Amino acid sequence: MEDKTGVLVYGELAGTKLAGTTCELLECGRRLAADLGQRLACVLVGEVSDTAAAEAAARGAATVYVASIPQECAFDGDVHVAAAAAAVATAEPGIVLLGHTPLGREIGPRLAFRLGAAVSTDCIDLRIDPDSGKLIMTKPVYGGNALLDSVAQTAPQLATVRAKAMPTGEPTAENTPNVVHLSFEMPTTRLTITDRVQEEVEGVKLEDAPIVVSGGRGVGGPEPFTTILQDLAAVLHGAVGASRPACDNGWAPEAMHIGLTGKIVAPDIYIAVAISGASQHMSGCAGSKTIIAINKDAEANIFREAAYGVVGRYEDVVPAFTARLRELLAD
Amino acid sequence: MAELRMVVCCKQTLDPEAPPASFKIDPSGNRMTLPSDIKPVIGQYDEFALEAALRLKDSGGGTITVLSLGNKLVRDVIKKSLAVGADELVLLEDPSFEDSDSWSTAYALSLAARKLEGFDVIFCGRQSSDMDSGQVGLGLAELLGLPVVTLARKVERIDGGLKIEQVIPDGYQVVEVPTPAVVTVTSELGNLRYAVLKGIMAAAKKQPIIWTPSDLGVDSTEVGAAGRKLDIQRMYQPVKEARCEIIDGESSAEAGANLATRLREAKVI
Repeated sequence: MEDKTGVLVYGELAGTKLAGTTCELLECGRRLAADLGQRLACVLVGEVSDTAAAEAAARGAATVYVASIPQECAFDGDVHVAAAAAAVATAEPGIVLLGHTPLGREIGPRLAFRLGAAVSTDCIDLRIDPDSGKLIMTKPVYGGNALLDSVAQTAPQLATVRAKAMPTGEPTAENTPNVVHLSFEMPTTRLTITDRVQEEVEGVKLEDAPIVVSGGRGVGGPEPFTTILQDLAAVLHGAVGASRPACDNGWAPEAMHIGLTGKIVAPDIYIAVAISGASQHMSGCAGSKTIIAINKDAEANIFREAAYGVVGRYEDVVPAFTARLRELLAD
Repeated sequence: MAELRMVVCCKQTLDPEAPPASFKIDPSGNRMTLPSDIKPVIGQYDEFALEAALRLKDSGGGTITVLSLGNKLVRDVIKKSLAVGADELVLLEDPSFEDSDSWSTAYALSLAARKLEGFDVIFCGRQSSDMDSGQVGLGLAELLGLPVVTLARKVERIDGGLKIEQVIPDGYQVVEVPTPAVVTVTSELGNLRYAVLKGIMAAAKKQPIIWTPSDLGVDSTEVGAAGRKLDIQRMYQPVKEARCEIIDGESSAEAGANLATRLREAKVI
């Protein structure tokens, strides 16, 4: 097992380009590979464009492994696990990185168990122990109430990485990618997808919005999400999000859920309205530059996370806040 | 169709809803504690998994076996599964099961599932409520060679398998999977029902079945802490400096207006 070297990133595609999380993984992988004095590689699975392969190379991948699969298999975990296992068998890496994305959450653990190796999921920091040369993997546990550093006993060392936890990095000058086409046996289809329904999100996409206004259990019902909170978001050209209790109560659609099991956002400004600030929620927004809290409970945990706060009923605070902002921004 | 035989994996965890400030790491540096008056719970996602099984039983009958792994499991916590309608509770309970990681947990559970024989589906929560790793269900599927569907929000029985609504970004997809299969369940499925008095009384009379490593045909070096593949180096709680600037006003509305003014001054907006 000692001869396994290098870092392999399991990349994901967004159309003809690399997904944002993959750019973060490549930047992290480039740093780890440099610390080890080893090489970075990337595997791309799907209908892989030349653009995507070139981008992976420009972001540091010395080798780009391409596993071409037909579009109808794009959502089949069995196919992705088989492709990832083929890439690992070919590259023989010491470290494998995947995004903690809807796909990576499934592929990471399945690949690990298939390889007989350990994986640490939802990592927010990865570094090389200078003494042992091993990968130290940091992940939040207990809903974000603590951090855990762990090290794998097995090789390769696998980690899935939380979105927006690490810098994206910049591509270097265009490189001609060293592309290796993987051949692997397509697994027999076990799952049949009979329907796929995705809501079209209007306005600014939550994950990309520079300003997010979020409502929690304390807003008390669905209506404020389309009135008071929406008005504030509109003035700031932001998007509206929600905490898990608000979604579980049906006040806001799941697509607006920010938190450990929902979306991860890292806007410039995050305005938490009637949100207590449970660790599980903070997991989804802790990367925000400035957090602003409005809550009637002065003891709420959110005030330990926020830079600015108002203690008061949101029904009173937010409309006045919105009105003054409108005046200020009109000047 | 023959009766559906369902297995649900339930982990006893610290109460994730306890106030954040009450979570303390013990002096050993790798174990989390809560004050003794806060009782442990069945992991919240595992409760959704149990609810998925109960709904299938409601609609088409079948049997539910709950599997739980650990040591010194609190009976009235774990027997809640029987009180809400599970038929059988099997505890993998032994000191050697302590300090398992995802690997040693999934391994022991896979042996227990094999020993149960003839099951149609294993339900797991999407992740545990303590380590939040989301590995055990997927590991079980790999170890048992079964298909897996993650993040189920609705599960129905169809001829030869299950029809599942799986949550995807900004929507869902409908997946059909042949049984036996592993299904992990997410919060959108809905909360576990409350136990009714009749169920609580019936549960009180039932005794859990206890399996030790030798019942699973392994020795204690393959399970628990000895069977780990991931070493804990350190668990810690980063100190947060509470530096929130509270904006006041004569009224809540004025405070709201003052907040806007202050943010402008500070060039935040």
